[in-house]
Amino acid sequence: MEWRRRHVLGLSDFHPEEMEFVIDTARSMEEVVSRDIKKVPALRGKTVVNLFFEASTRTRTSFEMAGKRLSADVVNFSAASSSVTKGETLLDTARNIEAMKPNILVVRHSASGAALFLSRHVSCSIINAGDGSNEHPSQGLLDLYTILKVKGKIAGLKVAIVGDILHSRVVRSDLHSLGRMGAKLWLCGPATLVPREMERTGAVVTSDIREAVRGADVIIMLRIQLERQKTSYFPSLREYSRKFGLNREVFSLAKEDAVIMHPGPINRGVELSDELADCDRSLVLRQVESGVAVRMALLYLLAGGSHAAH
Amino acid sequence: MLLIRGGRLIDPVSRRDEIGHLVLEDGKVREVLTGDAPGGFQGKVIPAEGKWVVPGLIDMHVHLRDPGFEWKEDILTGTRAAAAGGFTSVACMANTHPVNDSPEVTRYIVEKARREGNANVFPVAAVTLGLEGKEMADFSELAEAGAVAFSDDGKPVENPLLLRRAMEYMRPFGYRILSHAEDPVLAGGGAAHEGWTARKLGIPGIPSAAEEVAIARDILIARQTGGKLHIQHISTRMGVDLLRMARRAGLDVTGETAPQYFTLTDAALEGYDTNAKMNPPLRGEDDRMAVLAGIQDGTIDAIACDHAPHEAYVKRCEFAAAANGIIGLQTSLPLSLALLAGGNISPSRIVELLSAGPARILGLRGKGTLAAGADADVTVIDPDAEWEFLPAEVVSKSGNSPFLGWKLRGRASAVLCGGRVRHSAMAGAAADA
Repeated sequence: MEWRRRHVLGLSDFHPEEMEFVIDTARSMEEVVSRDIKKVPALRGKTVVNLFFEASTRTRTSFEMAGKRLSADVVNFSAASSSVTKGETLLDTARNIEAMKPNILVVRHSASGAALFLSRHVSCSIINAGDGSNEHPSQGLLDLYTILKVKGKIAGLKVAIVGDILHSRVVRSDLHSLGRMGAKLWLCGPATLVPREMERTGAVVTSDIREAVRGADVIIMLRIQLERQKTSYFPSLREYSRKFGLNREVFSLAKEDAVIMHPGPINRGVELSDELADCDRSLVLRQVESGVAVRMALLYLLAGGSHAAH
Repeated sequence: MLLIRGGRLIDPVSRRDEIGHLVLEDGKVREVLTGDAPGGFQGKVIPAEGKWVVPGLIDMHVHLRDPGFEWKEDILTGTRAAAAGGFTSVACMANTHPVNDSPEVTRYIVEKARREGNANVFPVAAVTLGLEGKEMADFSELAEAGAVAFSDDGKPVENPLLLRRAMEYMRPFGYRILSHAEDPVLAGGGAAHEGWTARKLGIPGIPSAAEEVAIARDILIARQTGGKLHIQHISTRMGVDLLRMARRAGLDVTGETAPQYFTLTDAALEGYDTNAKMNPPLRGEDDRMAVLAGIQDGTIDAIACDHAPHEAYVKRCEFAAAANGIIGLQTSLPLSLALLAGGNISPSRIVELLSAGPARILGLRGKGTLAAGADADVTVIDPDAEWEFLPAEVVSKSGNSPFLGWKLRGRASAVLCGGRVRHSAMAGAAADA
């Protein structure tokens, strides 16, 4: 397969073969990371700018690590230390960075569509590292990769995603990555956070976590944003945890070899019980591991690597 | 004297739809003739064979941005856009800077329009001082200065008691409140219609109920007070139903919709097109069908475009940050004429929605009809003209339209205000200086 994309803005237009191609590339990257010297010169002389308008430690670090392992020069730009606080528009900020001739901009922004918008106005490549409630494509791909590693396939798996579906960009990317590869998706959470319209994606929508988890192969728990509580999407964290939290008892309804995932950071004791977060069926840290490999793959492919690396 | 010869005269107020000739004199319609054109006519003749000749179109909901936001639009460019779009009169909203809540601002608009305007301008003054929803503006002083109605458009009058008092106070004077019906708490932070498209794109939704709750509330307050109410930019199915119900209950409640609400749906937001961002938002197909039905059965009284010019950069940004609103004066007529294709809406009904209806709602005497003695405000329409709304065609100072690049059918050939040619795309009918 030939890689033709200039940007990775979302998975909504990714074909299954393309996703497999990224995963194949990520596998080679993972091999690099397993070496003692975890660095290859693939992106030497290339510049990657992490343009983060929203706080993020793990995604930014993951992209930074990915870029550095490929020998790219990685520069971090965060809104707090920038002129954004002085009222500069997103486009002006991006154009200023662009004028410094980076090869790839990794963009995170609180507005849905922000990465797509920038891709129309700048000439370098853009990777969407999360735009509002729209997409988080590298997360969608790393979730896919992580499940593939453990289950060996996606088609036919029951995947329950539980939590704040309404605001989740992870869900919108997972729906494309896991959905397009043939998983049966269940979306679960309080009705205020699981829009009925999401049935249009082909997923089953429910507010009954038992129904969602019963017979599931994979359970993806989403972080409940504590700060959203002020607009009262649900009565209390206590009630949320009782009705929508994953604990040992609910988890026992899942398949015997079911696994638990979470994009992090976890609110222990809210959406996920303390013991499950650390149990041997939790893939949380493997997701992080896959994340670096997938991001290396994306950077590599966008920087001109035309086939799966060796 | 001026003769508009041989056109199809469509004047719903006079129940006229026939080929005829219009004689204008001293800024008024002198007579309407049928049969052979008058021989030996002394004066200018505008040949209108094959065209429609209708009472000057009136858009009762525009933002001229003057005073205060003249980089977006001003009275000169806004009325030029109006005339180019076939409109002889516009009613401009009060959310200027300063707000049109004082007779000085109202007079400024009236006088500037008289001096430089290319169409009649009827100011709509604020219901509350500074559009702040706290204290009533001085209604009678504003009306004497030229305000034809009152609206806090852009915002609802949030406090129901204040709205009740304003409507009650106005009743003896016959003033009408034009209501931007929106429950701001329900709409809270939304940027697109709450439906599949918003869910898919991850844009916070504005539920239909945010409009419907407010329309219901306003209608009930109109019922309580006996006041005159007009619902602006109706975009939802239940909004149309509520207006229909109010009418059946015998209340003096009127309503408008805009071409965008019967032409587009929220599907236009795909790709985060900020030119499709407006408030109320583009709704779903079911709502669009209901708005069409409301136009067809007479529930909706007027088509008004909510012309809302914005400079390019406030639209050239991420969707959440983009300004609301689109320009519409040049596309309103062709998009309305497109309703004819459905077969259930007559040319006369279109003219009613674009002229007679708004004249009646705003109480504009001498407007909205071609009867003898009426103002010589006339729009000559070529209903078959095919054209493309290219950026070069934009007369407004701003180009924020989701219809750019659209192939449209129907266009104003000539526009006369008080007998003076204000816009012309015809040989033999040059614009008057």
